[in-house]
Order: sequence, then structure tokens, then C-alpha cells
Amino acid sequence: MYEWDFSVLWTYRWLFLDGIIMTVSLTVAVVLGGLAVGLITAMGMLSGSRILKAVALSFIELFRCTPILVQLIWCYYALPILTGIELSPIAASIIALSCYGGSFYSEIIRGGIVSIETGQREAGLALGMTPTLAMRRIVLPQALRRMVPALMNQSILQFKNTSLVSVLAVPDLVYQGQIAAHDSFRPLETYTAVAVAYLVILLPVTLFVRHRDARFGGAR
Amino acid sequence: MNRPMIEIRGLRKSFGTHEVLRNINFTVDPSGVVALIGPSGSGKSTLLRCINLLVRPDDGAIRVGDAQFTFDHAARPPKARALAAFRARTGMVFQNFNLFGHMSVLENVMEAPIQVRKLPKGAARDLAMTQLAKVGLADRADQMPQTLSGGQKQRVAIARALAMEPEVMLFDEATSALDPELVGEVLATMRALAQAGMTMVIVTHEIAFAREVADRVVFMRDGVVVEDGPARQVIDNPTQEATRSFLSHFHASPA
Ligand SMILES: Nc1ncnc2c1ncn2[C@@H]1O[C@H](COP(=O)(O)OP(=O)(O)OP(=O)(O)O)[C@@H](O)[C@H]1O
Ligand SMILES: [Mg+2]
Repeated sequence: MYEWDFSVLWTYRWLFLDGIIMTVSLTVAVVLGGLAVGLITAMGMLSGSRILKAVALSFIELFRCTPILVQLIWCYYALPILTGIELSPIAASIIALSCYGGSFYSEIIRGGIVSIETGQREAGLALGMTPTLAMRRIVLPQALRRMVPALMNQSILQFKNTSLVSVLAVPDLVYQGQIAAHDSFRPLETYTAVAVAYLVILLPVTLFVRHRDARFGGAR
Repeated sequence: MNRPMIEIRGLRKSFGTHEVLRNINFTVDPSGVVALIGPSGSGKSTLLRCINLLVRPDDGAIRVGDAQFTFDHAARPPKARALAAFRARTGMVFQNFNLFGHMSVLENVMEAPIQVRKLPKGAARDLAMTQLAKVGLADRADQMPQTLSGGQKQRVAIARALAMEPEVMLFDEATSALDPELVGEVLATMRALAQAGMTMVIVTHEIAFAREVADRVVFMRDGVVVEDGPARQVIDNPTQEATRSFLSHFHASPA
């Protein structure tokens, strides 16, 4: 029978804390980056220009239909060769995860925008707004409200997907866990603790989303 | 004779192979009220939406006040800013109200004066309250649109358009989505506007209202103007068989 002993992990508390800080900061970066990528590609998809539409669609499908792990590795090793710009593991991770997440955010944002009746947009135009102003003042604020639950869910996935950056030796929670596991010869306790850390961070967020869904679900 | 406020020459519009407007010509004098009638699909909405360029004509010229656009197949589409500036001079009221759902009644009316006319907030608020008072809804300023009746929504939509101080008002079946008992309040608002000297083009199925308020009636069918004349004459003694046949559907309802 295996003797569980979590007390040894106390030695690694600062390591874990560093990992958590890295994971959370990365999440913030790739959620914001992903939203930016998603907004831009969604606008491309909705634009009148066929070329913009084709570019946005290709981009979205490219990142939606390849595994994120492959994208991470590709961004770190292949992208610098193509562009001639050296990338740190963290930069490569942020680029890959932002584009990957962005391709999913994009569909959520596009769907939210088309769900706002065109009548309100036309009313804005008829009042003398430019299409950009009508988008910013009339359509987006209402679309965003509708999108929040789906965007939250996608952001939760972004958070969990940051756990893959350890393949590029980015010192996130998983990577620090690997170090602690090797060092302590206690992998079972270490990875249990890592899993609990993810759970403890995420649980309040998912409960909040669920609560929100329950409140607004019927009102739409 | 005054220069017309609205002047439309040689207007054509097709959707795909379907020619919806075929060489439309008409004018509206300053303070004139024109009612546009005709069967469903005859192109009334398309014509109205061409007047403020929500629909881009294929051919023809449109002038409202001092602003003119000429279209032909070869011409480059006008710039978004130029279109917006043109539209700011015409107010439009839609069948489905199209109030901004995330804004209160007051914010709905203040929005364009602030964002488009760049009025300071205080001035926009005063202007909005004046317009809301005109349509009898000053006491609803802080409500959300969802809490209003259809008739109230449409009056807010009218106030919102008037807050841009347009030269011309366009109405596309402004009462068609309303319960019968709410039609009167909207028609009364439109009547007051006409009496105050606003230049108006009204697409309507309310023939009795057209006869009373409009000074001219234009009857359209299949994308052409079939008859255009003084309201009472066109409605009481139409010269064209098509007009007569169309109007006969309405004789059941008392004028
Ligand atoms: N955006 C569009 N794309 C394709 N066809 C259109 C479009 N808008 C209008 N049409 C077509 O043009 C024709 C005229 O439409 P329009 O809405 O101008 O008619 P209407 O006289 O306003 O009719 P109604 O009384 O039903 O409102 C119709 O056959 C309609 O299907
Ligand atoms: Mg119509």
C-alpha cells in the first residue's frame, strides 16, 4: 500500500507559487491576445471584402484544425526561421495560444454580432453614424453581453491549455511540478497538488459562469 | 416656385436579376408630405431606403436639400463618411422601431446628437428632453425600451430621428407593427409633424391617413410610379386602372 505524504511538498511552496503566478499571467496574456485575434478575424469574416473574408477564414481554420501542441512547438522552432525574429519560449507560447484561442473566440464574436438584429445597425446608420461607429456604439455592446458566457467558457479552456507550455520549458505550474516531482521523488503527491491548484483557481470561475447562465439563460 | 427639397431622377435598382426600381422620378417640395402607396413588393421600401442611401442605387441622381449623389454602374461607391453625413440630414422611422436595446429612452435620443453632431452632453440632454416632450414621452425618459408599448416605442423612434434636426423625415410603415388601438397615437404624432412644416415621405397602408395628411399621393407598382397627384384626387378619383383596383381593397374601411 502506498504511503501518501504531502508534507514534503511544503519545501517546494515557493516553486509552486512561482508556477501559479506564471500560469495566471500567461492566462491573462492569452485571453487578451486571443480576444484581440478573435475580434480582428471576426471583423474580417463580417467585412464586405472577399479577400479579407478569405484571409480570416484561412487563419481561423488553420488554427482550429491543428493541435495546439503542434502549434506551440511550431511557433517556437519554425516561426523564428521563417520571420528571422528570435522568440523566447514565453513569447512563442503567447503567440500560439492567442492564435489558437482567437480562432475559437472569433466564431463566438461573429455569432454574437450577427445575433443583434440588423435593424438597430440600420437605425444607427440612418441617424448619420458611420458603420464603424454603429458597430462600436450599437452592435458590439449588446453582442458582448450575449457573448459573455461563451467567452468565459473559452477563457477557461485557455487557462487549462497554458499547461502545455511546459514542453517549451516555460516555468508554469506544470513545469514547476515536474521539477518538484523529480527532486522529491514524490510524483503522486506533486501532481495531485498541481491538479488541486488548477481546480482551486478554476472552480470559482466556473461556478460564477454557471450562476450567470442560470440567471440570464431564460431571459434571452 | 420653390426648389424641391427632395429630387429623384432616373433611379434604378436591381437585386440580382430582379429589377425592383425602374426609372423612378419624383420630387417633394419643402414642407411637402408625400404618401407612397402600392401593393406588397412594389418597391416602396426600396425607394425610401434609396432616399437616404441605406440602399445604394444602381443608376440615377438623388438630392436632399443641398446634398446630391449621382450613381451609375461605373462610379465608385461613395465614402462611408460622405454617406453618413448625407444620412444625418434625413430622419428615418422603421416599421420595427429599432430602438437601441441597451440604452434608456433618453440615451436612445441623445446618442446620435452626441456621437454624430458632437453636441456636449448637457445640450444633447436638453434637446432630447424637448423632443421627448414633443411626442408626449418626457416622463418615460429613464425607462428601457423593452418596458414600453409599441406605440410608445415608435414615438421614441420619431423623437430620436427628430433630435438630429433633419431636413426630411422618411416613414416606412411606421404603424404596421402596432396593435390597432396604438396606431392613433403614432399617426397623431406624424400629423403634428406635418403641420409643423416637416418635409415627409410616408410609406403607408393607412389610406385614410394618407388622404387626410399627405398633399400628394404616389402610387407604385412593379417598380414604377403609376400615378402621382394631389392626395384627394388620386385616392377619390384615380385616373389609372391599377390604382383603382389597388384602392378597391381599402374601401371596406371607412375613411
Ligand atoms: N436586400 C434585398 N435583396 C434582395 N431582394 C430584395 C431586397 N430588398 C427588397 N428586395 C425585393 O425587392 C422587391 C421590392 O421590395 P420592397 O421591400 O421595396 O417592397 P415594398 O413595396 O416595400 O413591399 P411591402 O409592402 O411588402 O413592404 C421585393 O420583391 C423584395 O423581395
Ligand atoms: Mg416595405
